[in-house]
Parts: sequence; C-alpha cells; structure tokens
Amino acid sequence: MKAAVIIFPGSNRERDVCAALKRASGKEPAIVWHREAELPAADLIVLPGGFAYGDYLRCGAMAAHSPIMREVKARAAKGVPVLGICNGFQVLTEAGMLPGALLANRTLSFVCRDVHLRVENSQTIFSCGYEAGQVIRVPVAHGEGNFTADDAALDRLEGEGHVAFRYCSPSGELTDDGNFNGSARSIAGIFNDTRTVLGMMPHPENVTDPLLGGTDGQGLFDGLVSALQ
Amino acid sequence: MTENKSNVTPALAAEMGLSVDEFARCEGILGRTPNLTELGVFSAMWSEHCSYKSSKIWLKTLPTEGPRVICGPGENAGVVDIGDGDAVVFKIESHNHPSFIEPYQGAATGVGGILRDVFTMGARPIAILDSLRFGSPDHPKTRHLVGGVVAGIGGYGNCVGVPTVGGECQFHLSYNGNILVNAMCVGIARADRIFYSAASGAGNSVIYVGAKTGRDGIHGATMASAEFAEDAGEKRPTVQVGDPFTEKLLIEACLELMAGDAIVAIQDMGAAGLTSSSVEMAGKGGLGIELDLDQVPTREAGMSPYEIMLSESQERMLMVLRPGSEAEARRIFEKWELDFAVIGHVTETGRLILKMHGEIAADIPIGPLVTEAPLYQRPVQPRDKAAEIDPSALPARDPLDCLKRLIACPDLASKRWIWEQYDHLVMGNTVKRPGGDAAVVRLNDSGKALALCTDCTPRYCRADPERGGMQAVAESWRNLCAVGATPLALTDNMNFGNPEKPEIMAEFAGAVAGMRAACLALDYPVVSGNVSLYNETSGSAIWPAPVIGGVGLIADAAKAVDLALKHDGNTLILLGETAGHLGASLYLREIEGREDGAPPPIDLAAERRHGDFVRAEINASRVAACHDISDGGLLVAVAEMAMAGDRGVTLDSLPNDIAILFGEDQARYLIETASPDAVLAAAKDAGIYAQRIGAICGAALTLPGGGAISVRELKAANEAWLPAYMAGA
Repeated sequence: MKAAVIIFPGSNRERDVCAALKRASGKEPAIVWHREAELPAADLIVLPGGFAYGDYLRCGAMAAHSPIMREVKARAAKGVPVLGICNGFQVLTEAGMLPGALLANRTLSFVCRDVHLRVENSQTIFSCGYEAGQVIRVPVAHGEGNFTADDAALDRLEGEGHVAFRYCSPSGELTDDGNFNGSARSIAGIFNDTRTVLGMMPHPENVTDPLLGGTDGQGLFDGLVSALQ
Repeated sequence: MTENKSNVTPALAAEMGLSVDEFARCEGILGRTPNLTELGVFSAMWSEHCSYKSSKIWLKTLPTEGPRVICGPGENAGVVDIGDGDAVVFKIESHNHPSFIEPYQGAATGVGGILRDVFTMGARPIAILDSLRFGSPDHPKTRHLVGGVVAGIGGYGNCVGVPTVGGECQFHLSYNGNILVNAMCVGIARADRIFYSAASGAGNSVIYVGAKTGRDGIHGATMASAEFAEDAGEKRPTVQVGDPFTEKLLIEACLELMAGDAIVAIQDMGAAGLTSSSVEMAGKGGLGIELDLDQVPTREAGMSPYEIMLSESQERMLMVLRPGSEAEARRIFEKWELDFAVIGHVTETGRLILKMHGEIAADIPIGPLVTEAPLYQRPVQPRDKAAEIDPSALPARDPLDCLKRLIACPDLASKRWIWEQYDHLVMGNTVKRPGGDAAVVRLNDSGKALALCTDCTPRYCRADPERGGMQAVAESWRNLCAVGATPLALTDNMNFGNPEKPEIMAEFAGAVAGMRAACLALDYPVVSGNVSLYNETSGSAIWPAPVIGGVGLIADAAKAVDLALKHDGNTLILLGETAGHLGASLYLREIEGREDGAPPPIDLAAERRHGDFVRAEINASRVAACHDISDGGLLVAVAEMAMAGDRGVTLDSLPNDIAILFGEDQARYLIETASPDAVLAAAKDAGIYAQRIGAICGAALTLPGGGAISVRELKAANEAWLPAYMAGA
C-alpha cells in the first residue's frame, strides 16, 4: 500500500501518521505539499492532524480550498480511499466530502487524553482490522471535535452504517462521561456514502507502538494494508 | 524623525530604567547626548533582562562545562552531545511579568520565545515543559490567571505541534502579585549542524524573516511609560501577541534553510527585538552592522526608528547569509508565506548604524555598548537562618487523615486538568506522559530517549537559599534517575525579587552557591538559563524560585520506568535514610499551618550514590516502578505510586510516626521490584541503606497498624481539587 500524506501549512501530525503507515505497510508515504496541483499515484490519501492555517478561521475552512483539494476530491470520486484524522476530518467536512461539522468541545477547552471507541461497522477497508462492537483505547487531542449534523443527516449516517466509531465507556456503553466532547450520538468518526472516505477525531496513529502506551490503533492501518494490498 | 530629535534628558533615561550614572556612561561612549533611538538601544541592552548586570557576577561561578557540553550559556540555548552524532538543545525562560498582566498572551508568547531560542540553534523542538507558580487559591485573581496561562500555553504549543510533556504547578500567596511562568523547550539537532549567532563576513547581507514588525511589546524589556507615550504618539501595551501558526511556518522554513549552507549566523528577535538581535550578532562577531529600517516589514505605516528597534513583535528572526544564497533562502521563505527582506549588511566599522528616510537614526559603537554595560556587585545581607523543628513537639495526628488532606492540597493535587489541555502526544514519541517524576520522549530512529523535568521547592529556598538551591538541583537530578536516565545537564530559571535589596541579593547569591555545590557533586553542569528579577509587588517579594530544568539520556527507551505500581506480590523498597525532617515541609504547612523551620539537609554524596544505584537497578531490569520521595514525604510518595498504578500497598515495617511518614529527608527513592533479595543485596554491597517496607496487593493503602484507605478514595481526593477550583466551586 502506497499512501500520500497531504501537508497544509500548520499540519503537525504528519510525522505520526507517516510512522504508523510505514510500520504497517513497510513503505514510506509520499509527502504532498498543499499547493501542488497533482497527486502522485497512491492507494490511500491521508489528511493529517494539526492546525491548518492556524485554524484561525473555522477549523479546516481555509485548507478545504487549497489547490490540492481539487485533486483529492477527483481521486476520491474515482474511489481512492481518503483518511482524514482530527484536523483532516475537519477539512473533509469543510470540503463537503463528509456531512456534518465539528464544533468546540462541550468543555470549551482542548482535551488530550485516551478515550474509548466502539467500532460500529467493521465491513469497510478502514475498519476490517477490528470486530464490530470491539472497544479500542485511542487518544484524542483537539479543541473542536464535537460532531454535529441535523437529525436527518444523523439518521441517515446511522441507518446506512456510515458511523465508523463512537465514544464509549471502557466496557462499550454509550455514556455521557464517555462522550467527553459532546458529539451528536457519540459519533467519533464517519464514512462517506461509498465508505471509501473516513473522517475521525481520535488519533489511531498515536497508538501503534507498545512503547507509546498502546497498540489499539494498529488495526486500522493493518486493515488498510490488507484491504489495499 | 522629529521624535528622534526630541530632547533626551537624564529624566527620560530614568523612565527607561537607566540610572544617572548609566546615562552618563552612554554619553561618554557616544561623546554626545544620545538621540531617542540610541537611548532606547542603550536602555534595552543595559536592562537587567538583557545585561544580567546584577546577576552576572554570581552566575559565572556556576559550573558550565563537561565532557558532553557542546555549547554552554551565552548562546540562544545550551547544546549537549548525546552520542551517535546527535545533540540536545535546550533552555528555560520566564514570562512572568507579561503573564500576570495578560495571562493568555503572556504565557503563549513565553512558549513562542523559548521555541525560537531552540530552533534558532538548528534544532527541531521536540518537547515543552512549564513550571508555573500562582498565588493563593483564595486570591481573587488566581483562578483567572491559572485559566489564562494554561490556555495560552496550550493554545501556542498545541498549534505549533510540539508536545507539552511535563512541568509543575504550585500555589503560594507570595505569588499573589507576581506569578511565575517559566517555559522550557528541548530540541534535537545534529551535533555538527549547530547554528550560532556571531556574524561574520563584512558585506554579507542581513536578512529579516518571519512576521511583520508592529507596535506591540515596545520596550517590553524595560518599561511602559505614559509620559513617553505622550511624546511618541500612540503606544500599544507592552505585552506581545502570539501567532503560533506563523511560528510553525517559521520553524519549518528555518529548518529547511538550515539543511543547506546558506546561513552564516542567526538570532531570534526576542526581548528587545531587533536591537538585541542585531547588536548581539555584530558584537559576538566583533563586527559592525548597518540596517536600513525602511526595508523592515512593518505591520503599520509611520513607525519610527525607535518603535522598529524596540518592538517585541513575535515570530521574527534575523540572519546573516552567505553571499549568493539569498535567492534560495527567499524561495524557501516565500514557499512558507513568510516575510523575507534584506534589511542591511555586516560591516567592519564595529558600529551599529541605523538609517531611515535617508537620515542616520542611530550610530553607536557596538564594542563599548556590549563590554561597558554596567555590572553590579550589589550588597548582600542574608536573613537569619530558620531554626530546626523538633518533631516530638508537634501534636499527634492520624496519618491516613493527614495523607488524605495532603494529597488533596493545591500543591499535591493532580494537575491532570492542566496537562490534558496540552497536546502531550503530538510527534508520536511520548514514552512517559505527564504526571510522573520526569517525562520521557523517544528520539526518532534510535532506541534512545530523553528524560525531562522541572523542579524547585521555593519554601526551602526562602528558609535557606543555599540549601534550597542545592535541593532544586538534587531533586532534578533525582527525578531523572528515577525514570532510569543519566542526567546530562540543566538549564536554570532564576526567579527572585528586587536585587537592589540586600536580603534578596543574598537569596540569589545563596541559591547560586547551593546550586554550584550540587552541580559539581553530581556532574550536572548548567548550559543555559534565564534570570527574572524584580518579582515584587508593593514591596513584597516572591519566595525565591531557582527553577531547574533537567535533561537526562536513556540509552534504551524500553527500559524507562515510571511510578505506577505494576504487579500484586511485588515488594516495595525504601532506599535512603529517613530521619524524619519536618522543617519547611508540606506537612507542617498544610496540617499544622506553619511555614517555619529549616529545610532538610542535603548529602550530595548520598544523592550521587543513591541515584547511580537506582539507575543501575533500572538498567538491570529489576525495577518495576520507581518514585523519588519529595514534597509530602514517604507516605505521599507511596500513595502517588498506588494512585498511578491503581493498586494497593500493605506497609508492614514502618513505625506509625508522623515524622517518619511525612518528613522530607532527601536522597530517597521508592522501588517496586519482583526481586527484592537481589536489590537489597546490591544496596548492601553499595553501602546504601535499603529497607523492605511493604508489598503490592489489593486496592487499599494499609498502614502497619492496620488502618487503611482505598486507592479509589485517595484518587478521588487527589483528582477533585483542581477541576472543582477552576469551576469556581
């Protein structure tokens, strides 16, 4: 699996995701500067975490209009998988590639800590490394990850199996405590209609090494490698 | 330019912080009265902040050399060899005054400034730590200041994408009017690719990069003067505003340029902005510098030479480039959408010449400006030494009740509320997260890791500055040993009151003497640092805080340990002797409401012996968890290990004696081990007192007499205070 990681000015978790991708696939991902008009051949496009353009406007709003995003959309339309993590998820919603929006956390403060996620749909290229209903422990690091959408859109996401992950308790229940940022229906990550685009707030790339506090994120990258090999 | 020609008098100089003698010295150097811009340059360069005029004679007694030291104090940051061609680059710096006035921006720009000090040397920043001291929780400003400072540090560090991995946070009423916000940054560079600030090559271009210059932070290093504002037109407040996004771009652009050979010298524009950066670059190179201020990118029109030279706008750098490399440098900075301007050149005149609108705005000989800066040996009058405390004269108390109160007190309560607002994981190398003795950050592509911590116990420093300074260094060294690291070197942030008062100068001198002794005994040199004086409000000084930022090296990151108890059935061993020293202890303050007594004595040879032993045991993989014993003493340390590991401990061989349980004797560690016999035998061989004190088991902390408290209850007490306080409860 060859991945292309897009760098916007202000991206800051590209190293983290590149390390996880390399560990899983054995291949160094291509780094693509946001002003490039063309993408190299890639089996997977990744929009990493960070603060694109400082997120001084709405998170992801500026990056969604970067030149490279036209190409990302074109590739996605052809079925090339796109993974947006944290700021990357925000960019995907701003670019209209995923529904909904990410608001400020309900505490109104940045939160960096491990949270529990329940895998809602394991029948996708992104989640095939997990079992449906499996609970994984993955860190978050964001100030604006409170997912929102109107009821019709939420019903549709749920009805069509487009909810990827939900925040939950360590035993997998959907609790108010578990849903630390206040996301609608505890949603932590969603797919597009073809389940080839995934946006998620938590950082699986930061738990792919036992030395760094866990390996529960490994399943996502291993799953992608096996699906896209 | 009329402003520049306005009447410069000793009175105006005094408003800028220059004494009558110092002003006369300026006139002597110039052979005439300085104009306004020149006066601004002198006052900034000769400010306490830039010149270290009160502290230098003491600081130069500190050990700064060692076999691994590549660059000691005097550059933007210290540089230490960590093998394999790598170097660690680090420094700590205060932003106390601005953070009190405007906590968010003050703290944010403190982080920005210290990041620049590190990447200016060619290093990629890999970690931030913050040492914070606030006033009493009851003081009406404290909650607002805590919230603002924490949000500011997080807002900057999170956006820049450098993890904030550690630090400390304490509260005491002596900081009611002067909080301490000290930020440390650690970076990694190739040992043969360190960049310095000394300019060379007359004729070489001087380049300005980064953000534009505005009217913010003008004269932040010395003053904010109302009268002066009337003369000079509108002035913005002296607190700068941070832009972490621009800083992120600046880091990437500078490191990209540094990969080549374009840069001759580089200096960030920190305190005193363009003034100190240009003077330092030329001064260190023994050269002159000529700047055309019309070329400086400005945020607003009509800025005077004085404003341009004294602005402390953030995220700016000055560089001297090799001839012919301008085009490549410009391409890189334009890629990152940063300003890039040739604003002057290096000369052989030895003078700082500033030009604007075709006129000479300033002309100062740099040699005397630097070498004839005032230097003071201020009078020293130590306070009487505090008396020792006799523990037997203290009332008897229930130890578990005291423990519960102590772990919930502001200084010992969990600081989770703070560090969860910092991204401590970005860059994907955080091996040991905040909350332990030292953070551990792995180095990419090697098995190595760095251990990082900040430490100071101001109540010891106040009671006995020399012991306090010694203890700060010893505790820093101990915290690094406790995770398995070999301590390499330290950076110091000297926070004190008004040095013109003999008892404050005595605190400074005493702390330095103690630090010196500890640095020598522990082979732990000082490679960088910062001094913050005049931390006083209405004549009342802060408790002195020589904050030590420590860096240690771990050869194999997988061997690093933390304080969390790991396995039922393991043994808890106490290393080091316990006399039961309660003077200036947290127990005395929190339980008895007393702040008297002498701090614990420090046996530096024992520190060394015990730390070396602990490190060796960790390397031999005989240590499951380790914790140094400091604030609150033995029982607090046991509770902290239990809470971190969510496991109980049964203590079976300790006297139920308040002084033994809560005394703050130094050079002690707790070790959890599965091989107690081996550890005890090794300690005996090393001549170190070690004692088995209990076993890991169950879900409660149980005392020898049978009294017990559940770990769950301890955790609830420990975690509750700060969130409740910040919520206004």
